[in-house]
Amino acid sequence: MSINNEFRPKIVAFCCNWCSYAGADLAGSSRLAYPADVKIIRVPCSCRVNPMFILRAFEKGADGVILCGCHPGDCHYSTGNYYARRRMTLLFSMLDYMGVENGRTRVEWVSAAEGVKFSTTMNEFVEKIRSLGENVRLGDLRCKN
Amino acid sequence: MQELKNRAIELLENGTVARVLGWKIGENTYDPEPAFFDSVEAMKDFVYNNFCAANLSKYMIEASKLEGKTLVCLKPCDSYSFNQLVSDHRVDREKAYIIGVGCKGKLSIEQIKKSGVKGILSVTDSDPIQVETLYGNKELPYTAGMLSRCFSCKGKEHVVYDELIGESAETSTVDRFDEVRRIEAMTPEEKFAFFQAELSKCIRCNACRNVCPACNCRKCVFDGNKFDSAQKANVDSFEEKMFHIIRAFHVAGRCTDCGECSRVCPQGIPLHLFNRKFIKDINTLYGEYQAGADPEAKGPLTSFTTEDAEPSIVSKGGIV
Repeated sequence: MSINNEFRPKIVAFCCNWCSYAGADLAGSSRLAYPADVKIIRVPCSCRVNPMFILRAFEKGADGVILCGCHPGDCHYSTGNYYARRRMTLLFSMLDYMGVENGRTRVEWVSAAEGVKFSTTMNEFVEKIRSLGENVRLGDLRCKN
Repeated sequence: MQELKNRAIELLENGTVARVLGWKIGENTYDPEPAFFDSVEAMKDFVYNNFCAANLSKYMIEASKLEGKTLVCLKPCDSYSFNQLVSDHRVDREKAYIIGVGCKGKLSIEQIKKSGVKGILSVTDSDPIQVETLYGNKELPYTAGMLSRCFSCKGKEHVVYDELIGESAETSTVDRFDEVRRIEAMTPEEKFAFFQAELSKCIRCNACRNVCPACNCRKCVFDGNKFDSAQKANVDSFEEKMFHIIRAFHVAGRCTDCGECSRVCPQGIPLHLFNRKFIKDINTLYGEYQAGADPEAKGPLTSFTTEDAEPSIVSKGGIV
């Protein structure tokens, strides 16, 4: 998407209900700015995020996908984020292996008290995606459409 | 082969097993197909030669639901798949009588054709391979017709069996991760061009999914809600594009690297490269793991440690 020829990336942020979503809330109520390009999707736990969600987001036109969850050890469900960590590491490595720019995906642990971290992470990530430009590779893996 | 056949007939006759799961002779030497034999008379079509590459362990899912034991012939690499199916609770070990058959590397008619032989009338499964063609007889070295997966064989030890029949010969000559390393060393542009070229060949016939012993869900995510063939007609663009990544991810940690996906692909897509990348990453990050080696072991994606690597490791130079 571009307005006035300026590239505005579409960013999907999966935030866990217990830490990162509350962290985003805190960023809001503390009046810390982060770009409106970030669309938050609330999930019960970072472990709820099926790798298909991330691929689906890219297929539907996202330029970057970020997954935020509780810090390892602080998961509301005790161990969810440990599983998510393994899954995401393997998925990101596979995307890298297939030649998709590896800056387009990211995992960040944000607690409910880290409004500042949420806002700086999102600012950084949006900046990164802006420099990478539009996502074409994942949408066009098989030369179809 | 005769020893195996005789033993199978003996077990059928004395009632130890109710049926035999093996290979049925095809039109030619090179196209035997998996089959169930439920009587001694039917066993006349039984065959085991060097073209019997199919992994029979997945058929045991259906056989586990039948009355009585099933005799199943498993090659060393198939025994890993069988074990994995046992730990997935998809087959019943008690329902199987496993004869571990010897393997000297499996041949494929496609490989023989690739070596430039035209007008094939008949082939032998001997070493060297004798090929009778329209243009006269030819002799090929055994390795010229061997499946590429056999060059990076996991070993000729059966991990599960009731008895062993036949001899094996070591065929492994290359490291199975060599191809993966070659791709990892490419630039992102080259990687993307490589995979795009390969995956563009896909016709979504689902052969890789149907043959894969790790793809054993009763209802696959790629199945629609419609009836029979209608569900295949509505593949959406998401499936079209992401099918292979998703399939590889779904079997990650359970894939035993049997290589059936690449063998059955009518378009010749090297699908094992996805699975091997996952296996390689798992080995590097979470410790050496061979799916199916131990049916009691916990899979790498269903366990964790608190010191696991962060996903950011990928952008910090990747996993090597």
